[in-house]
Amino acid sequence: MNDLLFYSVSSLGGIGLASAGMLFVASKKFYLYQNPQIDQVRDVLPGANCGACSFAGCQSFAEEVVKRQDLSELNCPVGGADTAEGMAEILGVEVSIQQRSVALLKCNGHRLVAPPKVEYQGVSNCQVSHALFAGSSGCAFGCLGDGDCVTACDFSALAMDQIKGLPVVDYEKCTACGACVKACPRNLYELRPIGEQGELLFVACSNKERGNFAKKNCAVACIGCSKCVKSAAQQEVAVVDFLSYITPAADLEGIGVALSDGCPTGAIFALGIDGVKERDEKRKIIK
Amino acid sequence: MSSGKNERLIVSPSPHIAGDETIPKLMYAVLYALIPAAVVSILFFGLDGLRVLLLSSLFCLLVEYLIMRFMLGRSSTLADGSALITGLLLGFNLPSNLPAWMIFSGAVVAIGVAKLTFGGLGRNPFNPALVGRVFLLISFPAQMTTWPLPRFLNFSWGEDAVTGATAISVVKEGLKQGESMDSLLAKLPSLIDLILGATGGSIGEVSAIALLAGGLYLLFKKVISWHIPVSYLLTVAVITGVIWLIDPTKSASPLFHLFTGGLMLGAFFMATDYVSTPMSAKGQLVYGVGCGVLTVVIRLYGAYPEGVSFAILLMNATTPLINNSFKPARFGHQAA
Amino acid sequence: MKSAKSLSSFRLGGIHPPENKLSATSPILDLPLPALVTIPVTQNLGAPAKVIVKKGDAVLVGQIIAAAGGFVSANTHSSVSGTVAKITDEVDSSGYKRPTITIKVEGDDWIEGVDLSDALVTDLGLTNQEMMERIVTAGIVGLGGAAFPSHVKLTPPKGKSCDVLIINGVECEPYLTADHRLMLEQGAELIVGIKILMQLLNSSRAVIGIENNKRDAIKQLEQLLESESGIEVTPLKVQYPQGGEKQLINATIGKEVPAGALPIEVGAVVHNVGTIVAIYHAVMKGRPLVERIITVTGKKITKPANFRVRIGTPVSHLIEAVGGLPMGSGKVINGGPMMGRALTTLDAPVVKGSSGILVMDGSESIRREAVACIRCAKCIDSCPMGLAPYLLKIWGERSELERAEDELVMDCIECGSCSFTCPANLPLLDYIRLAKQGVGRMLRERSKS
Repeated sequence: MNDLLFYSVSSLGGIGLASAGMLFVASKKFYLYQNPQIDQVRDVLPGANCGACSFAGCQSFAEEVVKRQDLSELNCPVGGADTAEGMAEILGVEVSIQQRSVALLKCNGHRLVAPPKVEYQGVSNCQVSHALFAGSSGCAFGCLGDGDCVTACDFSALAMDQIKGLPVVDYEKCTACGACVKACPRNLYELRPIGEQGELLFVACSNKERGNFAKKNCAVACIGCSKCVKSAAQQEVAVVDFLSYITPAADLEGIGVALSDGCPTGAIFALGIDGVKERDEKRKIIK
Repeated sequence: MSSGKNERLIVSPSPHIAGDETIPKLMYAVLYALIPAAVVSILFFGLDGLRVLLLSSLFCLLVEYLIMRFMLGRSSTLADGSALITGLLLGFNLPSNLPAWMIFSGAVVAIGVAKLTFGGLGRNPFNPALVGRVFLLISFPAQMTTWPLPRFLNFSWGEDAVTGATAISVVKEGLKQGESMDSLLAKLPSLIDLILGATGGSIGEVSAIALLAGGLYLLFKKVISWHIPVSYLLTVAVITGVIWLIDPTKSASPLFHLFTGGLMLGAFFMATDYVSTPMSAKGQLVYGVGCGVLTVVIRLYGAYPEGVSFAILLMNATTPLINNSFKPARFGHQAA
Repeated sequence: MKSAKSLSSFRLGGIHPPENKLSATSPILDLPLPALVTIPVTQNLGAPAKVIVKKGDAVLVGQIIAAAGGFVSANTHSSVSGTVAKITDEVDSSGYKRPTITIKVEGDDWIEGVDLSDALVTDLGLTNQEMMERIVTAGIVGLGGAAFPSHVKLTPPKGKSCDVLIINGVECEPYLTADHRLMLEQGAELIVGIKILMQLLNSSRAVIGIENNKRDAIKQLEQLLESESGIEVTPLKVQYPQGGEKQLINATIGKEVPAGALPIEVGAVVHNVGTIVAIYHAVMKGRPLVERIITVTGKKITKPANFRVRIGTPVSHLIEAVGGLPMGSGKVINGGPMMGRALTTLDAPVVKGSSGILVMDGSESIRREAVACIRCAKCIDSCPMGLAPYLLKIWGERSELERAEDELVMDCIECGSCSFTCPANLPLLDYIRLAKQGVGRMLRERSKS
C-alpha cells in the first residue's frame, strides 16, 4: 500500500517537476523582448477592438504607437482625450487634444413624415433591401430602416426607434468609431465634431432630387431652396444637387437659430443651440 | 405612384413561392414511420412496453417545456414534434421493465443536456435520444442489460416478466466461452423470430421488419436519403460476412448481425438524424461506413454486446470534420 | 409519367414547384396601345445607350431613340409613333429612377422598310454581315430575362467555335407561358430564325430544349422539322431550373460549363426562343425589337392571358386588360415566381427583359416565419450548382466573405431552389445574394490592387 502511494506520488510529482523545468527553459530560451510601453499603451486604450483607428485591434494600434513614438497621425477616436493624454504621458510626447466627434444621420424620413408606399418582406438587412428596391417610402436616398448600423455599433450608441422606423444616435455614447459609416449602404452617416455643450448643426437629408420630387416622398426632405445659404456666411452652407450641406466649420451659435427656424421643411437639425424652437413634426405628416 | 387600389404592394426578394415542406411535417413523418415498430413492441411487451413509450415521450415533452419556458424564458417549441421524436426514440431504446424515475433521468439528460444546452433543435452535436440511452446504460448497467423476454399478446400489468439476455449478447458471451456457433444458434430464437421481433431487447429495436417498413416509408417520402442507411447496413453486412466466411463456426452470419440488436433502428432512425449527421451525399456515405465499422468492432471486440449507440455517437463527433472535408458534388468544377 | 425517368435533365439538384401554367391555352393577343409609353433608355446589360432624340420630336414605330453606347450595348427604339413628351428620370419597377423617354402615342405609323405582313420569309439572300448588321440595328437582346445584347453572343471569341446552337424553349418558371405560346403559334418563324443563327455561327447542329409539360409545342415543332436536318427537339424533364443556361447545356448535350466560363467554352451558344423569333423579324422583316410577348397571370386573375405588348407600356395597362388588380392582391411580380422581381409601382413600364406579370394574392405573397436550421441538407440536394446554401447563408449573415468565396458563392445562379425547399423557411437566397455582393466587391478591389 505504501509502495503504491510512493510510486504514484513520486511519478506524478516527477512529471510535474519535469514539465515545470521544460516550461522554465522554454520561457528563457524563447524569450522575445517586447517594449514594455506596448503593454502600457494597450492598458490605456479602451480595449474595444473596434477598428476605428484603422488597425486590426487595440494591440496592433499600441504596437504602432510605440513604434512611431508620435501621436500626430494616430488617434483612438473611441478613447478620446483621456486616452490621448494617457498615451502621450507614456511616450513622453506632446499631443493636441482633438475635439470629440460623433456620427450623425443625414436622414429624418421616418414613417410618419415619409409614409411607406410598399411593404418590404425579407431579411432585415439594409444591403439586401438597398439592392432590391428604392425603399418603402419611395425615397431612393433615405434610410431603409433595417438597422445595419445598429448591428454594427459596438457601443450601443445606436438604437432603432420602433415607431418611426429610424435609428437614433445617442451622442453621449457615440465614439465616432465609424462603424455605422461603413455599414450604411446609402452613406447616410457623417462623423463631425460636436460642441462642448453638444452643439450640432446639420441637414438631416441626403436626397439629391429636385425639391418637388423629394417632397413627394418625404415631408422633411431638403428641397434645395437655398434659404439657408442666404442666412449664412459664404463657405458655411452650400447647396449642391438640390441638397444643402452645412460645413462642420460653420459658426453654430451664430447661424443655428436662423437656419433651423428658417428651413421651410425642417430638414435642418440644430441641437444644443440656445433659442432654437422645437420643431413641430406633426404638421409635417404627409396626408 | 398610385397603385389603383389603396392596399400596399409587398416587395421582397425572389423566390416568391415556397414549397410545402415544413419542419413539423418532416418530424411527423418520422413519427408515422415509428408507428409499426411501436405497435409490434406493444404486441410483444404488452402494457409494460406501452408504459415505457408513453412515459419517455411524456417526460421528454415535459422537460423541454419546463426548460424552454422557465429556464430559458422562450416560447414553447413542443409543436415542432422534435421532442416527441426524441422521447419515442429514447423509449424505443429502453427495456420494458425500466422504472419510471430512470426513464425521467434519461429524458432530462437527452433533452436538457444533449439538446437544450447546445441551443435546442438544430444545434445539438449528438443525437439526444442516444445520449439519454448511453447515459442510462452507463449509470444503470444492470437494469439496462437485462431484458424482459417478449410474451406475445400478453397484456397483464406489472407482473414480473421473465428476463434474459439478448440474442446478440448470448452469442458474444457464448463465443467467448468457446462454444461453437451451431450450439449457440440452438439456444436462440429462429431468424424469422428475430426479424419479426420475438426476441429480448429494447422495446423498439426487436422487430427488424417493422423498422424496415418505417425506414422505407421515410425513404419513399424523401424525409431521409438512402446514403446513410444503405452504407451503414452494407458495411456491417460486408465486414461480418467476410469474418463469417473465414470461420462460420466461430462467428455469426451477416443476416444475424443485420436483424439483431438495434441496427435497423440505428440505421434508419438514429444515424439519419438531420442535426447530428453530415450534409453532403459523399459525407453521408463516409459517415454510414464509419458507423458500420465501429458497430462491428464494438460488437465483436468491445466490452458491450451492442455497439450501435456508441458507433453513432462517435460518428456524430466526426460530423463537423466530415462536413469540412466532403463538400457537395459541385457543378462545373470537374478536372478540366 | 412513365417516360419522365428517361427524359434528360441537368446533373445536380433541382426542384419541382407547382407549374400553375394558367394561361397555357390562351392564344397571344395584341394589346391595344396605351396613351403614353415610358421607354427606359437602357434596356440591356452592358454599356448604357445614348439618347438621340429631344423633347417635342415626332417619332415613328421602330425609330432609334437611343443608340448603343458600345459593342456590349443595344439600340433602343420607339415602340409607338407620336411625340416625345419628356426625357426624364422615372422610377422603374424597383423604385429607383433611371433615364426614360416618355412618348405620347399618336396613331401607329412605322418607319420605312419594315415588312408588316404575316407572310413567312425564308430567304432574302443576305450575307452574314448584312444579317448581323440588321440584328445590331434592331437592338435585339436576350428576351429570356437577362437582356444581354444578342449580337455579342453571336460573335464567338477568337479561337472558339460554336458546335451546337441550343434553343431555350424550356420556360421552367411556374405560371409563365409566353415562350410556350410563341413556339405553338410562331414555330415556322422560329425555325427560320434558328437557321439564320446556325448560318451566322457556322454551326451544323441545333437543339431545341423544351420541358415535357409543353407536349403540344414539342409535337408541333417536331412536325415542322420533319423534313429538316440538323435541328432536333429534345423534350426535357419538368424540373426547375431546367432553363438556366448552364443547366440547359448540361441537359441537352451533357456538357458542364466550367465555373466562371461562358457556354462557348464547351462549344455551345444558347438563345431563348423569343430572342430567335425577334432575330427572324429583324433579319427577314427589317423589324426592330419594339414588342414582346408577355404572360399576365395569377390565381385571382379571371382570364390569364398572353399579350403581344409594345415595350414601354405601363404594367397597369396590362393588368387592366385582364380585368384590373383583384381585391386583396399582395404582390405584383415582373417575371416568374422563382426569379422575378416584385414591383414597387404599377406605373413601371414593360421592358425588353420582361417575360410575365404575375399577380399574387395577399396570403400567397406572405413569407412564412423562419425558424432554426435543422441541417436537413435539403438545400444542398436542391442546389443545381452543388453548393451548400445553409453554409453560404451563415457566411453571408456574418460577412465572412473569404469563407463564402471558398464555398464558391459566386457560382450561385440565384435560382431560389434552396429558399423554396427550406423546411425552416429560411431566406437562404437573401443572405447568399448579400454574400455575393460582398465577395463581388472584394474581388473587384483585389483585381484593382
